Amino acid sequence: MRYPFSVGRSDFIQGDEAIARAAILAGCRFYAGYPITPASEIFEAMALYMPLVDGVSIQMEDELGSIAAVIGASWTGAKAMTATSGPGFSLMMENLGYAVMTETPMVVVDVQRGGPSTGQPTLAAQGDVMQAIWGTHGDHSIIVLTPATVQEAFDMTIRAFNLAEKYRTPVVLLTDGEVGHMRERVNIPDPDEIERIYRKIPKSKEQGKYPFRDWDGDGVPPMPVFGRGYRAYITGLTHDERGKPKTVEAEIHESLIRRIVDKIEKNKKDIIDYETFDLDDADVAIVSYGIASRSAIRAVKILRKEGIKAGLLKLNVVWPFDFEMIERIAERVNRIYVAEMNLGQVYHLVKEGANGKAEVELIPKIGGEVHTPKDIIERVR
Amino acid sequence: MRKEVLIGGFGGQGVILAGVILGRAAAVYDGLYAVQTQAYGPESRGGASRAEVVISDEPVDYPKALNPKYLILLSQEAYDKYLSFGDDGAIILIEEELVPHRNKELEERFKVYALPFTEIAENTTGLSLTMNILVLGFLTKVSGIIKEESIEKAVLDAVPKGTEELNLKALHKGFELGKKALNGEL
Repeated sequence: MRYPFSVGRSDFIQGDEAIARAAILAGCRFYAGYPITPASEIFEAMALYMPLVDGVSIQMEDELGSIAAVIGASWTGAKAMTATSGPGFSLMMENLGYAVMTETPMVVVDVQRGGPSTGQPTLAAQGDVMQAIWGTHGDHSIIVLTPATVQEAFDMTIRAFNLAEKYRTPVVLLTDGEVGHMRERVNIPDPDEIERIYRKIPKSKEQGKYPFRDWDGDGVPPMPVFGRGYRAYITGLTHDERGKPKTVEAEIHESLIRRIVDKIEKNKKDIIDYETFDLDDADVAIVSYGIASRSAIRAVKILRKEGIKAGLLKLNVVWPFDFEMIERIAERVNRIYVAEMNLGQVYHLVKEGANGKAEVELIPKIGGEVHTPKDIIERVR
Repeated sequence: MRKEVLIGGFGGQGVILAGVILGRAAAVYDGLYAVQTQAYGPESRGGASRAEVVISDEPVDYPKALNPKYLILLSQEAYDKYLSFGDDGAIILIEEELVPHRNKELEERFKVYALPFTEIAENTTGLSLTMNILVLGFLTKVSGIIKEESIEKAVLDAVPKGTEELNLKALHKGFELGKKALNGEL
């Protein structure tokens, strides 16, 4: 396999470009999108690369069409992705729910900018966290990853595809305009060394008839591929194991939705990823994620020099959420600060997790600039 | 050792490209860690434009330039906005034709090199838009933050095909002027 960019070496590229290259290396061969700042560079790269790897990159009429095309492509057996920013992400909410309900593996990238509405197109924000988790209606679970560096944007894109395929679910890669547009060195591995997970497909004609039956007890049914002989019925309505609409039977709805939620929530340990810095002996914990966590790391280093025992919990996955881990941290520290580029979103999750065992305070930042280390230090000191 | 560089000017001067080339030279060819970030208005030409590069021998946490040790100021607006950000003793390069109003008192804190870079670039290569590359050459020489051969390679990676010779000429002119500046010959 020849790639249209150099592999097995490092390069100095933007976060958006890293996401596109990682998607190609993860096996993504279908991209549908609609240009929007600060995510357009992902589309530009996909438009350039896809024809060279026998893939498809298509500009749709809008973001509703983009995500719909990605869902369709996934059911034909392709690994598929779309990327957007706040306004487009809002338009995708309905079909994101359709993807959850039909258990369609796919990756949606949201390169966050200031909102609401068209807001601050060229500036970064982290205001879409709750939307990524809960923006689509109805009971569900989803996976949301939050890269802080260009290397993480690359690595987490590959992971997003693997989690999507493993759990047969949409995965949101929630980054921001700062990471999307910044350039850093990225080590692009040898393609043979990349771990790629592919969805389970039916092992028999019998299995093919039941696109929503959990045969092996892991909560993830094998997914038939359109055009390979199975007459699969797919609908956003509540459906039985064959996929046929069953919209009034409480037990069918309950078993379907509980399985969709549980396949993620019961595999939290496999999905959740985080890093800690100086947290073990800390009196004060800072919780942060994505671009804001880079200021928090610097703040911790400076506070430690001043003799303040600060530590950081950097979340790489913001959903599913490890409430129990937050409670364990809350038991050991006096106070927890949550630094995020919004007016309080993960703050509420941390507060719930802390369960009253420690004070939880928000260090918000909006307007487009990343927190300076000083913004964090002055609150903690 | 964390080194912060801020380049300010207006759209069309190649401010961001200069930042990209500097970061690439450091990260890809000098084996250092580097982050390049940028800010710009909605216009592609004429609006304010800023690139920041943070270079370090360890992973860069906070990606922005807080107290840059190196500033390249290519417009009056950039000068007015960013000069005071400079760390004590910072090396400041000023496009003197485009910055007519100077704060001499504030400049005393720094090591200032003010030259008509655009005019020099035009006289060197026939193209005023090679100014960004010339300034990079000058900065490389007077700062020593990256190796000369690394910036050369990064320039060759970044410039359009067919303009390599032209841009190398501008870069080398920058090296030459930087050397003169170091020797107090300017």
